[in-house]
Amino acid sequence: MLEVKDLHVSIHGKTILDGLSLAVKPGEVAAIMGPNGSGKSTLSYVIAGKPGYEVTSGEVLLDGENLLDLPADERARKGVFLAFQYPIEIPGVATMTFLKASLNAQRRGRGEADLTTPEFMRRVREASQRLKVDQEMLRRPLNVGFSGGEKKRIEILQMTLLNPRFAVLDETDSGLDIDALRIVSEGVNALRDPTRGFLVITHYQRLLDHIKPDVVHVMAKGRIVASGGPELALELEKNGYRDYAVEAA
Amino acid sequence: MAAPAPSRSTAEATLARQFAALKALAATPGRAAAFARFAASGLPTRRIEAWHYTDLRAAMTDAAPLAPAPDGAAIEAARALLAAHDKIGVARLVTVNGRFAPELGDAPPDGAAVAGREARATEARDAMASLVEAMSPDSLTVEIAAGAEIAGPIEIVHLAVGEGAFSLYSWTEIALGAGARATVVETFLGATPAVQRHAATTVRLARGGWLKHVAAIGDEAELHLESQLIDLEAEAELNAFGFVSGGALNRRQIFARLAGADAKIALGGLALIEGTRRADTTLEVVHVAPRGFSREFYRAIVADEAVGVFQGKIMVAPGAQKTDGAMKSQAVLLSPQAQMNAKPELEIFADDVICGHGATVASIDPEMIFYLQSRGIPKEEAEAMLLDAFGAEAIAKVDDDALAEGLRARLAAWLAGRNLRTEANA
Repeated sequence: MLEVKDLHVSIHGKTILDGLSLAVKPGEVAAIMGPNGSGKSTLSYVIAGKPGYEVTSGEVLLDGENLLDLPADERARKGVFLAFQYPIEIPGVATMTFLKASLNAQRRGRGEADLTTPEFMRRVREASQRLKVDQEMLRRPLNVGFSGGEKKRIEILQMTLLNPRFAVLDETDSGLDIDALRIVSEGVNALRDPTRGFLVITHYQRLLDHIKPDVVHVMAKGRIVASGGPELALELEKNGYRDYAVEAA
Repeated sequence: MAAPAPSRSTAEATLARQFAALKALAATPGRAAAFARFAASGLPTRRIEAWHYTDLRAAMTDAAPLAPAPDGAAIEAARALLAAHDKIGVARLVTVNGRFAPELGDAPPDGAAVAGREARATEARDAMASLVEAMSPDSLTVEIAAGAEIAGPIEIVHLAVGEGAFSLYSWTEIALGAGARATVVETFLGATPAVQRHAATTVRLARGGWLKHVAAIGDEAELHLESQLIDLEAEAELNAFGFVSGGALNRRQIFARLAGADAKIALGGLALIEGTRRADTTLEVVHVAPRGFSREFYRAIVADEAVGVFQGKIMVAPGAQKTDGAMKSQAVLLSPQAQMNAKPELEIFADDVICGHGATVASIDPEMIFYLQSRGIPKEEAEAMLLDAFGAEAIAKVDDDALAEGLRARLAAWLAGRNLRTEANA
C-alpha cells in the first residue's frame, strides 16, 4: 500500500535521505529503527507532506498514487496520518474544536456530510474513554500545557477518530512512562486490521514489545541498511547500531 | 524649548476658518482656549514622539467641511442605519454627526441620566483631543448615580450620516458616581471613505466606581481619530477594550490617570488591518497614587500592505509605590509588506513597583499550520482557525460573554471577508 522508491531528500543542500526504498503491505506493521540523525523523522515528515524538504528524486506512493505532489491536508484526506514526535501546541483552539474541524475536513474531502454534534460527541467519548483521556482536557487548548504522555494520548485519540489508511508513528514512545506506553500501544493495536498499514519509528525495542511489528527495518545515513523480522529489533537492542552505521558509510 | 512653529498647513488653515465661523462656540472662553491649545501645536507630525508612526499633518491634506446639523432626511438615514444594527444591552443612545439625538434612542435606564450639553473643560494636553473639545457641537453626557448598578450594557451609537465629504466632532462624557457599576459600549457606524471623524470620550470613575467599556470601530472613515481621557479615583476599576476593523487611518489614543489609591485599569484591544489601512493605538497610563494596578493587552492582525502601530507608556509617579503594571502587544503579520510598529515604554519614578512590558511581532507559525494540515484541514481554513484563536484570546479580555460573542462574530466576519478577497484575487 505504501511504497517509497529511491527517495532522495535534502534540507538546505544537506542530504538527509539518500536513496531510501521501503514498502509496507496492507495489514502490516513495519518498524524503523536507527540511530539519531539517520533521517527517521525526515522520512515521516516527507510522507506527511511537511514543507521545507527538497525531494530531489524518488517517489512516495500510497495505493499507487504519488503523494509528493499533494499538500499535507490532501494527503491526510487520502488517509495518511502522522503521530508527531513533538505534537504542536495550538493556543486558543480548544482540542474538541480542532477534533471536529479535522474530522469534518476529512469527511468533506470524501464527499461526506459533516458529523452531527451528538454523533461526533459519541465517537469522541468512546475513543477518549479507551485512551483514558479526560473530557476536561478536551476543552483545553490543543496540547497547551499537556504533559508528554497526554500529548501522545491525544495523538492516538486523533488517529482513532480519523481512522487513517496508513499511519506513521514517529517516536510515539518518547516521553512516555510505562502506563502511558501501555495505553498508547493498546490504542494502536486496536486499529490494526488487514487493510491498514503502520510505520512505527522508534529508537528502542520496548515499544515493539507492545506493538509487535511484522517487519523491522534498520535505517542509517538516510537509507534502509537491513531488514528482517522482530528478532532484528532484539539483536539491535543487544548490539547497538554501530555495525550498520559502519556498513552504511 | 519651543521649536519654531511651522507655517500652517492647508488643513490647519481650514480648521481655523471653520472654528471662527462657529461664532457662538468661538465666543465661548472654554472652546476658544481649547482651540488655542490645538492651534499652538497644530496637527501632530512625526516629530512629536506620541505621533511618531502616524504623521497626521502629512496624512490630512485638508479638513473636510463640517457636517451640518442633521435635517429630516439625515434623521431618516440614521433610522435606517440603526434598524440594520443589532441592539446591544438595555438602552441605546444615539448621536448623529456628533450631536445627541434623543429621539433616535431609548430613555436611560434607572440610575443613569443622559443629557446633551456644553462639554466640561478638560484642558486635554493632546492637540487632537483639544480640537474635539473646541469643535464638537454639543456633548452627550451619561451619568451613573452613586451606588447605582445598571443591569446591562448601555450602547452609545455614534452615527455618521451624509453624502460626500464631511468632518464630524463628537464629545462624550461618561461619569460614574461612588460605587456605581455600569457597562458602556460605544459603536461607531456609518462613516464612508470620505468622512473625517474626530471623537473624544471622557471617563471619570469616582471612588469605587466600576465600568466596563467597549469601543467598536468597523466603518470606513477616511480618518477615525478617537481620544479617551480616563480619570480613576481610589478603588475605581475600569476594563476598556477597543475593537478596530475599519477606517483608512484609525488612531485611538488613551490617556489614563490612576489618581486615587488602589485603582485598577485593564486596557485591551484587537485591531484587524488589511489593504492599505493604518491603525494606531497609542496609550499612556499614569499611576499617581499608591497600589495602582494596570494591565494592557493589545493584539493586531495585519494583512496586505497595512500598517499597525502600538505605543504604550506606563508612567509611575514618585508617590505611586506598590504599583503593579504590565503591558503586552502582540501582532501577527500576514504578508511580507504588512508592518507593525510596537513601542512599549516604562517611566518609573517610584522604587517599590512591579512593572513589565513585552512586544512580539510574528507571522503565523508554519509548524502550527502543518500540524493542522496534517489532520486534513485545508491551509486557508487552518490559517483562519489560528487567527480566530489569536483574536479571540484578545477579545476574552472583555470578560463579558455576550459582548465577547458579538466581537467574535465581527472577527469571524472579517476573517471570512479576507478569505473571499484572497479568492477573488487568485
